[in-house]
Amino acid sequence: MSNTASLLLTLPELILSVGSLALLMVAAFVGDSATRAVTWASAALLGVAALAALFPANGGGLAFDGLYHADAFSAFAKLLIYIAAAVSVVVAPRFFERAAPLRAEYPILILLSSIGMGMMVSAGDMLTLYVGLELQSLAAYVLASFMRRDSRSAEAGLKYFVLGALASGILLYGISLVYGFTGTTLFSGVARAFGDGLSTGELFGLVFVMAGLAFKISAVPFHMWTPDVYEGAPTPVTAFFASAPKVAAMALLVRVAVEAMGPASSAWQQIVIFSALASTILGGVAAIGQTNIKRLLAYSSINNVGFALFGLVAGTAEGVAAVMTYMAVYVAMTLGSFLCVLQMRNAAGEPIETIESLSGLSRTRPALAAAFAMFMFSLAGIPPLFGFWPKFLVFDAVVGVGLWPLAMVGIATSVIGAFYYLKIVKTMYFDEPAPAYAPVTSYTEGTLIAVSALFVSPLGYLAIPALGAASLAAARSLF
Amino acid sequence: MIQTIAFYLFATLVIASAALTIVARNPVHSVLWLILSFFNAAGLMVLVGAEFIAMLLVIVYVGAVAVLFLFVVMMLDIDFAELRAGYAQYLPFGVLLVLVLSAEMIFAVSAWSAGGIALSASVAPVPEGVPNIEALGTLIYTRYLFIFEGAGLVLLVAMIGAIVLTHRTRSGTRPQNVSQQVKRRPQDAVRKIDQPVGQGMDL
Repeated sequence: MSNTASLLLTLPELILSVGSLALLMVAAFVGDSATRAVTWASAALLGVAALAALFPANGGGLAFDGLYHADAFSAFAKLLIYIAAAVSVVVAPRFFERAAPLRAEYPILILLSSIGMGMMVSAGDMLTLYVGLELQSLAAYVLASFMRRDSRSAEAGLKYFVLGALASGILLYGISLVYGFTGTTLFSGVARAFGDGLSTGELFGLVFVMAGLAFKISAVPFHMWTPDVYEGAPTPVTAFFASAPKVAAMALLVRVAVEAMGPASSAWQQIVIFSALASTILGGVAAIGQTNIKRLLAYSSINNVGFALFGLVAGTAEGVAAVMTYMAVYVAMTLGSFLCVLQMRNAAGEPIETIESLSGLSRTRPALAAAFAMFMFSLAGIPPLFGFWPKFLVFDAVVGVGLWPLAMVGIATSVIGAFYYLKIVKTMYFDEPAPAYAPVTSYTEGTLIAVSALFVSPLGYLAIPALGAASLAAARSLF
Repeated sequence: MIQTIAFYLFATLVIASAALTIVARNPVHSVLWLILSFFNAAGLMVLVGAEFIAMLLVIVYVGAVAVLFLFVVMMLDIDFAELRAGYAQYLPFGVLLVLVLSAEMIFAVSAWSAGGIALSASVAPVPEGVPNIEALGTLIYTRYLFIFEGAGLVLLVAMIGAIVLTHRTRSGTRPQNVSQQVKRRPQDAVRKIDQPVGQGMDL
């Protein structure tokens, strides 16, 4: 395939790269007064890139001799990633306007990070995987310490950077082992080599690659960075971390597990089972004592990643489809919760993050309390809210391959998680009111909260046919 | 013949300068010896036909890493006498490291003479008669073009990140404004006066 045809297939990345370079020039020459324009232009660019990902040139396929895949799976993941990135771009200006004026580099870094995430979910080669992951992570480290005068933000960035570099090292070590013992970095070649028996060296490579990727999705036992980074990073950045990179890393993990290491599924299945169980249990238990809402949501994200991993345990097309549905609903629930957290400001407009301050929210801000309660119920997976559906699909896939005991343990662990979600609802509805929050001044955030609340409400079930068909098509393209 | 002489020259100099890096009392001298040892290692690489790695050694290690070391050594106020004071205290640990390293070297040499492990055949064999810089360049700019461009974006992000996290506009400083300087004409700045004797000057 010629380079031009290959480049056409990478159109989403191309649009974002050229767009971010142009916006960078605007930001450099016009200065901070262009921030608002750059912000909206970035959101628009993400929309255009999403369109390009949905309708790939000549129906998709392999680009650059298999380095890059443009298929239904990558299109599904990219759509989620770009939506989540656009939301975190749009909500930022209001958050930053108090501490320090938002700088135009924020939306540009998110754009560059989105390019990396696009490379991750489209990777057909270990090298694409690694470069994409680094591009995403490097931008994320900078975003975490974006409020550099805030010591917690600086600490979050440093912690994320050091631990992320360690995880990258582990991943790279695994990749080099896989390359050494299979002689190729292409996923298809790795699968062929794994097909004729798994040597010890290949097994070591597989374990290290899995460990490196588990760090990026913050699955137990590689989750320790998550609460600290989520708490310290500015809230719009935390919303970004909890949504887009999670989807990208999860999609990447699924693609590597199925496409490259599919023939060795019995080897990675044990790792994924352990990680899924440990994440759901630890994510549930450790969250109980938290007093900071962002820390609590960090544990909630660990918990949810564990449930999504159950779908991967099944290893079937239905299981992978369940993972993708889970990620789609998870993005809506998480972004909704963080948008609610963004509304938590005291009368002076300073952001507050304690769970106590939510007391009696139902009396001071009934609509916000109702939306927040809906996200919490949905994250807990309580029917009839939409968060129940992906959990059902995931366990259905696990039962489908005959792993009854695992499904039962998994369902039991979801009860632990329900406890702390319900505690927040109880605080909002039954406790004595705390001082009221500052009134909302932004229609954008209100609309976004309403949209995501509608999606996780029972009305979301209307989306099942479309969502189910799309995620099944995405999963089928891997098998 | 000339290769043998060159090899012994480079090898001796590498070992000698590496030893001097450790024993030099002045840390600045240590770094300078280190640079010399890098140069000689690059010479060895040229001898085995890996000219790309040779250039990498000179550009990356000498050009960037060693100069960075030099900056750190000269800019930071480190009390080296105090650093050396713990010599006896850390001696057992150092000896342990030496033992581990020498055991590893013995293992590596004996494993090497026993024959290599069954790593797969290389997917991209080095083409005959082409210098390896050219071979690498051909691969990077054709087959791996996409990833190469991606790596370029990673560097761009690193640059933006460094600027975002460290750049600040300070108030109260008087930076040089080149365009204003160039725009200034003599008639705005110079005044000719006929100063009468015995009177104060009118500024």
